[in-house]
Amino acid sequence: MTNASTIARGGGNSSAPERRRRSSHRPNKASGLPPKAIPYVLLIPGILVIAGLLLYPMIQVVVMSFQKVGLPQISGKRPAEWLGWENYTKILENDIFWSSLRNTIAFAVITVSLTLILGTAVGVLLNKLSKRMSTFVIIGIMSAWAVPPVAQGVIWRWLFDSEAGIINWALNLLPDWLSTLAFGRADWTGEPWLNDAVTVYLVLILTVLWASFPFIAVSVLAGLKGIPTELYEAATVDGSGPWRTFWKITFPLLKPVFAVLTILSIIWDFKVFSQLYVLIGGPTNREAFNLSMYSFAEAFRSPPKMGTGAAIAVVLTVILLIVTAFYIRQMVKSEEVQ
Amino acid sequence: MSPLARKRLGKIALNTTATLVFLFAVFPVYWMIATSFKDNDQIFTTEFIPFPTHFTFDHLDRVLTEGVAGNSIWLYLRNSAIVALGTVLVGSMFALLAATAVARFKFKGRTGFLIALLMAQMIPAEALLIPLFLSVKRLGLYDQLLGLIVVNVGLTLPFGIWMLRTFVAAVPKSLEEAAWIDGASRMTTFWKVLFPLVAPGLVATSIFSFITAWNELIFALILMSDSSGYTMPVALQYFFGQRGTDWGAIMASSTLMTIPVVIFFLLVQRRMVSGLVAGAVKG
Repeated sequence: MTNASTIARGGGNSSAPERRRRSSHRPNKASGLPPKAIPYVLLIPGILVIAGLLLYPMIQVVVMSFQKVGLPQISGKRPAEWLGWENYTKILENDIFWSSLRNTIAFAVITVSLTLILGTAVGVLLNKLSKRMSTFVIIGIMSAWAVPPVAQGVIWRWLFDSEAGIINWALNLLPDWLSTLAFGRADWTGEPWLNDAVTVYLVLILTVLWASFPFIAVSVLAGLKGIPTELYEAATVDGSGPWRTFWKITFPLLKPVFAVLTILSIIWDFKVFSQLYVLIGGPTNREAFNLSMYSFAEAFRSPPKMGTGAAIAVVLTVILLIVTAFYIRQMVKSEEVQ
Repeated sequence: MSPLARKRLGKIALNTTATLVFLFAVFPVYWMIATSFKDNDQIFTTEFIPFPTHFTFDHLDRVLTEGVAGNSIWLYLRNSAIVALGTVLVGSMFALLAATAVARFKFKGRTGFLIALLMAQMIPAEALLIPLFLSVKRLGLYDQLLGLIVVNVGLTLPFGIWMLRTFVAAVPKSLEEAAWIDGASRMTTFWKVLFPLVAPGLVATSIFSFITAWNELIFALILMSDSSGYTMPVALQYFFGQRGTDWGAIMASSTLMTIPVVIFFLLVQRRMVSGLVAGAVKG
């Protein structure tokens, strides 16, 4: 807030160097607006949308989480009934809430780590390839990133199909003794991957990893291109191996990039919905719910319990905000929002 | 081993790994496309059939004529396109105005607005689902594509502003100042100087919003009850029947849904990555 409205000084020679640093000020001609008002006018549509479609509903969902909102309330026959903390105590007593919470967190931790590791490795690899080879690989991995989440779910559901899926075919290729030794079975035909919560998440992790490592890889590659090659030459001359070079040069220099990529991945992976929805065929298998799916099922499967659904959504939001709070603080502290 | 041989070996290892990465990324996409051109005998088999040797357009033809849930896939593609284009048209206009405000002006409340933008990006869409569902119903926009457009504008705008402001900030201010000195009005400066220079960034941001709206599932599930208003992500769910899944048809439909997005992605991928990361890393 410290540098508010320097524009108010408009109407000066804007070419004066000490003034140019300040924001745009210019002779106020052919515009009926006072210069001070211009940014606010430009912001009106944006603020209306964000306030009306994001912030206000966010407040509403918090209010609703303390209310009973069932069919009579939705149809407007009865006003919402205030319940206090009842929705929260009810979900805390529910086993499905705890399994959903566990699924959400375990999935996010595993997937974010795997995505970052694989993405970084591929980014480093791309940086070592010849120009032609790297363009070729980038186009390939970009096409995976581009696949719509619903189509991702469809594709991987097909790959893991119990009867005609190619994964079962590939597992059948393993020598029987090895397959038996490692997994306790030799014949994989008919293996129903998407019936059991644990294997559903195995497939989901693979799906999301497949679709999201390309973005990490390409971002890391962009970061690597900005590191002066002399640093690596010096490291090689000093006899540093690739592993050491990565941790002593690449990683520290790319730390800001990694911070952003981690946060973005957490935000994306915490609330994965579309892929899971397709893999388990809608909100049916309750053991395989995550918090998003649980909230959705409570609120929109009959009988609708929107108060409970809201409470679950609030829990999810609070977790996300806690995880990302330090990131926001970092951004506010740095130049970012000045 | 001689250094030369070692170097060559290293290069081979590198390229082999790169090829494996490429295959891991591309194979599932290829498999989707290949399946949509195989006949049912080649789809429902425990054998591995790498190419559709009995090549057929049957599935494509079937989804475009018979379709699913009572309508041709064309209708769902059209609905998705309307929602995505509507979102882009409204959203990018709003985003450009707001991005210009925060990138070009210093004013009271600017920091507050930027923090609100950041916070808005953290809010999961799932949390807004219930109140927005009720509001859309109350406003009479239930079962209308317009309702979906409004919601999608809300979902994509914060990120759009955030991404676009770096593109606006990247245009040297001296260009606009030169135009002002030459006596151009604010509007002329905006349209003749700033807009053309920001246009590539605007395209990237628009494509990002387009893809987000095109892919959106959860709101489309709850805001559309009549099958003639389904978007592609919703329509695809109806292929999973009780009595087995028509994989040929679903793969043909997924392919139709995926192709436009992949093309857009490849067109703007470089700019989009820089926008995503720069939008978040530096101001």
